[in-house]
Amino acid sequence: MSAFLRIVGRIAAYAVFGALVGYFSDSPAYTWFPADRAQIKLSFSHGANRQADCRRRAPEEQAKLAANMRTAMDCKRERRPLYLELQVDGVVMLREWLAPTGLSHDGPSRIYRIFQVSPGRHRLLLGLRETARADGFDYRRDETVVIAAGQNLVVDFRADLGGFVFK
Amino acid sequence: MNAVKNGVRTAFIALESLFDRVFGTAGNPLYHTGALGFFFYWIVLVSGVYVYIFFDTSVSGAYSSVERLTVAQWYAGGVMRSLHRYGSDALVVVMFVHILREFALDRLRGARWFTWITGIPVLWLVYVAGIGGYWLVWDHLAQYVALTTSEWLDSLPIFAEPIARNFLDPTALNDRFFTLLVFVHIAVPIIMLFVLWLHLQRISAPRYNPPRQMALMTLGMLLVLSFLKPALSHPPADLATVPSVIRLDWLYLTVYPLVNSWSALGTWAVVGGFTLLLTLLPWLPPLKRKPAAVVTLDYCNGCTRCAADCPYNAISMARRSDGKAFEQEAVVDAALCVTCGICVGSCPTATPFRTTAELPVGIDLVDQPLRQVRERTQQAARRCAGADLRVMVFGCDHAVAPAALERHGVAVVGLPCIAMLPPSFIDYVLSRSLADGVFLTGCPESECHNRLGVTWMAQRLAGQRDPNLRERVPRERLATCWAGAVEKHKVNQELDAFITRLKPLPRLGPAQLPAAAVASPETSTEAVS
Repeated sequence: MSAFLRIVGRIAAYAVFGALVGYFSDSPAYTWFPADRAQIKLSFSHGANRQADCRRRAPEEQAKLAANMRTAMDCKRERRPLYLELQVDGVVMLREWLAPTGLSHDGPSRIYRIFQVSPGRHRLLLGLRETARADGFDYRRDETVVIAAGQNLVVDFRADLGGFVFK
Repeated sequence: MNAVKNGVRTAFIALESLFDRVFGTAGNPLYHTGALGFFFYWIVLVSGVYVYIFFDTSVSGAYSSVERLTVAQWYAGGVMRSLHRYGSDALVVVMFVHILREFALDRLRGARWFTWITGIPVLWLVYVAGIGGYWLVWDHLAQYVALTTSEWLDSLPIFAEPIARNFLDPTALNDRFFTLLVFVHIAVPIIMLFVLWLHLQRISAPRYNPPRQMALMTLGMLLVLSFLKPALSHPPADLATVPSVIRLDWLYLTVYPLVNSWSALGTWAVVGGFTLLLTLLPWLPPLKRKPAAVVTLDYCNGCTRCAADCPYNAISMARRSDGKAFEQEAVVDAALCVTCGICVGSCPTATPFRTTAELPVGIDLVDQPLRQVRERTQQAARRCAGADLRVMVFGCDHAVAPAALERHGVAVVGLPCIAMLPPSFIDYVLSRSLADGVFLTGCPESECHNRLGVTWMAQRLAGQRDPNLRERVPRERLATCWAGAVEKHKVNQELDAFITRLKPLPRLGPAQLPAAAVASPETSTEAVS
């Protein structure tokens, strides 16, 4: 192979390598989310009430316990699961029991869920049950929102703020 | 597995052959993928330090600081940012070529498993560092990377609080989290350097740097790319919206679309399965290892040559244990020995002129002792005894198959590595008239199957490394050809040219061979010696 051809070959080899690196560093473009859609992100972390109410121990019952364990109240660690429901324009998008986390089921229940919706006006109905009641919700929010294309509407839950929070 | 390996090997050999013609064997980038990886690492490091000087490690300041660097300082900061990105991308490319090539050449089984296995964490660390880097720009791509990464991690049952909740809305993110990301982006490459040190522990004299010309051309290529297509940001991140189209870096974020469109746990299964496959490859199937080289203390004077020449750090020197008046003795770590025989070629006792039939050597291979090499040399001399011009070829089994070179007047002796041949064998062949010329073949100079065999052999022949080829050996009767396994045509051409050069020289006369060598090589060797 002549010296000229070798030089041309080297330049070509480096050009191909550079072109490959340059191209795949940002191409081809990837569509992550349809431009004509919007999303509702429902995410929160909330601990429900305990499975059972605390019970006061009788003095003789306390006396049987080790000295460092003699507390007046006997409280079970386990929490109740949360019952969560989301309806968008009357359509049930989510109806689920959220189990408490942790090995002893004493941690908060958590959810992180994304729903794609069309942009525009939507009626959102959210309900959460955390007590032993058989039906209905302890927290409820019925709200009509306008969501723009590409918008990320976050629905959080903050018991200290009164329930479901839209961001 | 072997069929796959052979297929990839054939493709590599064809590409290497083309690159050999274009770059020359010394400058062939495919022979320097490891060193090129290091070179890209340094480029990324230096450019990263520059970018970091101007980088604002806050949620609100990160994007604008990168934009200022890219636009207002395009000639320096912009170029550095581009070098940082393209150097990282090029690192991924050479890393995978390196992995694929070592796999194809079967440089992962036996004693080489450690080097292979310690390379796998490097692969992960490169990805962690690279993906973390995209996070820091805090543009749409960073938003995509942050959310997809956290959702992907959250699919594993290891985090109490979902990480993705950190990116729920613009108020959720704080500067401290960003500082943590910067720390990870800096710490991971430092950890990587430590793992790379481990990766190279079992090989001696590793090549950290590519040849200067290759380094300059590679840097030039990255600079041209940086000017032609500077690395740019997406629009700034906004957690209140969902970016639609992302210009992904496919070299780093290859599997991310799988997380979005298929399954987070499924993607873990893919990358975990790939990692597991890489981890198991050295034992698929397990290599039937030949017995390691053995030291015979009666003949070892502790000269340290074998320890210095071993390409895999399998030989060390220890305090003398047999009471002889030498300070040290060679000790072979059988777990590290690949039985290349380079140590045999370096041993001062490894000379065919010795009179003992067993030809005991200070360090020798068990399955192919030097005694056998001497016997095969004598048998080869017999095969070409009737020819007008006789050439003895010593060839490496990993280069052009030595047997393929045998023809009338040309007799071949194959070796696990050409550096197993002590230079005294050349003297032996010519001084005993076993042939009129000696021709040595081995792997390309910078791509020896056993890393350093060809280099050591070339230095021994040039008198630069012990054991030297004696002065009295007529150099016109010796030729070498270092070529790849598929370059049979080149080797034959060089062999023909050597034979042409030998023709005008006087014949060396009948071989002084032991009479009974065929029936009983050991006793016949004694007679000749």
